[in-house]
Amino acid sequence: MKFKKSPGYILFLIMNYGVLFFLAATCFFPILHVLALSMSSSTAASSGRVLILPVEFNLQSYRYVIENNAFLKAFAVSAERVALGVPINMLLTVLSAYPLSRRKEQFRMKTFFTWFFLITILFSGGMIPWYMVIKETGLLDTIWAMIIPGAVPVFNVILLVNYFRSIPAELEEAAYMDGASHWCILWKIFLPISVPTLATVTLFSMLNHWNSWFDGLILMNNPDKYPLQSYMQTIVISRDPTTLTERDLDLLKIISDKTTKSAQLFIAMIPIICVYPFLQKYFTTGLIVGGIKG
Amino acid sequence: MEELELKGAGTAMKSAMRSRKVQQLKREIPLYIMLMPAVVILLVYAYGPMVGNVIAFQRFLPGKGLFGSEFIGLENFVYMFKMPNIWSVVYNTVFISGMKIVLGIIVPVTVALMLNEVHHIAFKRTVQTIIYLPYFLSWVILSGIIITILSPSDGIVNQLLGYIGIEPIFFLGDEKIFPYTIVVTDVWKNFGFGTIVYLTALTSIDPNLYEASLIDGANRWQQTVHITLPGISTTIILLSVISVGNILNAGFEQIFNLYSPMVYSTGDILDTLVYRMGIQNYQFGVATAIGLIKSVVATIFIVASNKAAEKIGGYRVF
Repeated sequence: MKFKKSPGYILFLIMNYGVLFFLAATCFFPILHVLALSMSSSTAASSGRVLILPVEFNLQSYRYVIENNAFLKAFAVSAERVALGVPINMLLTVLSAYPLSRRKEQFRMKTFFTWFFLITILFSGGMIPWYMVIKETGLLDTIWAMIIPGAVPVFNVILLVNYFRSIPAELEEAAYMDGASHWCILWKIFLPISVPTLATVTLFSMLNHWNSWFDGLILMNNPDKYPLQSYMQTIVISRDPTTLTERDLDLLKIISDKTTKSAQLFIAMIPIICVYPFLQKYFTTGLIVGGIKG
Repeated sequence: MEELELKGAGTAMKSAMRSRKVQQLKREIPLYIMLMPAVVILLVYAYGPMVGNVIAFQRFLPGKGLFGSEFIGLENFVYMFKMPNIWSVVYNTVFISGMKIVLGIIVPVTVALMLNEVHHIAFKRTVQTIIYLPYFLSWVILSGIIITILSPSDGIVNQLLGYIGIEPIFFLGDEKIFPYTIVVTDVWKNFGFGTIVYLTALTSIDPNLYEASLIDGANRWQQTVHITLPGISTTIILLSVISVGNILNAGFEQIFNLYSPMVYSTGDILDTLVYRMGIQNYQFGVATAIGLIKSVVATIFIVASNKAAEKIGGYRVF
């Protein structure tokens, strides 16, 4: 499409590029700024000379964070949480999505179970009863408190149900005639052709487990068992002085609160930044598949 | 004779039907087995808390449990409506989430339309990639960043404002400014996501429309107003209607990390109030009562908005 390059249109183009650049900058520079802070000296960081490049470059704050047992422990808890939680999420997502994607003739209770799942997103029990149930079932203070209650990600189930339903019926009918069981159809036919959607759902589940902090914060009485995001919450946001040891206080004179905080923030972002290219690639697929159908 | 034959055929058909029924049940058994684990977990951890809402009608003592605590009728609800700050909390909730809903539509639509005018592919892709990033970071991380850059003493934003002669602004500590800080940072986190959704919708517009309008002598602005916007209007309406269902969710995770007692008057929302009363002050009954009313109203909104979305755009979750 060619337009006459009127002065007005050129002015618009310049403004357009300018505003978009500005918006992108507001999303990118804060992260860059935090990275620069984490690599600057504490005096430079607190005197406000750091913009997006480190001033008086040093990695002391990273050394402090890496030598900090609590941070590493929390990182390990998060890794464990992802390693346990994601496979469980995926197993239950796949196992629930298949029956719910059946036609009514194949599964007469389909409508009932569909509503059974849907009601859980329409009506939430509320924070206090939720806490009480987890307490009563004896999960408090164990890693399972962050895995079992959310083991069925209903939104992911819906996404996968929608994808399964878009699979042409002829594919399974042939297998059905040959006497293939449901397990066989799910395993041999459905899963192999659903790989992109499964990837999307896996990423959602990973992201969810990595980013969750509130459950860890209130379901773990012992801060040693906090996952990284909950630990970050107490350190970065609440700055609870009781979690600082004397050695920490000494060190804080050399490397300021601000630089170590920035280093921790940045380290916690690294896993997300690593999977970001995949997130981008699959997220749109997931949106088209699970989202708005015309 | 004829009758008898018919009768025989009838029983044969009946038994065939019965065996077909058994057959079908047999084929269904694996489906039940597949659903079983998920059903059990949802029953305990999603439906359990719904039942647990009886706490709202009890003088609940954790030691006595759900079945041992004394029932006190609607006392907790009466207490709740007598709380001096309850209406200001409701107002804050609706005000903050209302602004989030409105800006959460306007900003992504505008950015999507602006990106649509960019013909420099690399620039377009880079912008898309960057604005999408905050969406994937948790509110803990983003709050850490926001607190750092908005600090009135040594935050970069106030330093930059200082260069152009503006006094430091206490974005997170000034009760007049706090709700707006919340709305802007929320839009900042989420607009990239919305933009991608609208850009996806834009690709489904028939290119012939643009060419035809070009022959008719339309300029770029006219094309945007008469082709592009109507082309994505269904998506806009759908997403707005659905977001109205969240009117009572003003963003617990965000506000919990960014607020402080200084801004309770304008920044406290229903969810944060429930948290402080229930988890911190052990007023389980009242906190559950507030949560229950919130859940009921929220459900009505969600169901209504989804019904509306179904009517308007044929959108259905299942």
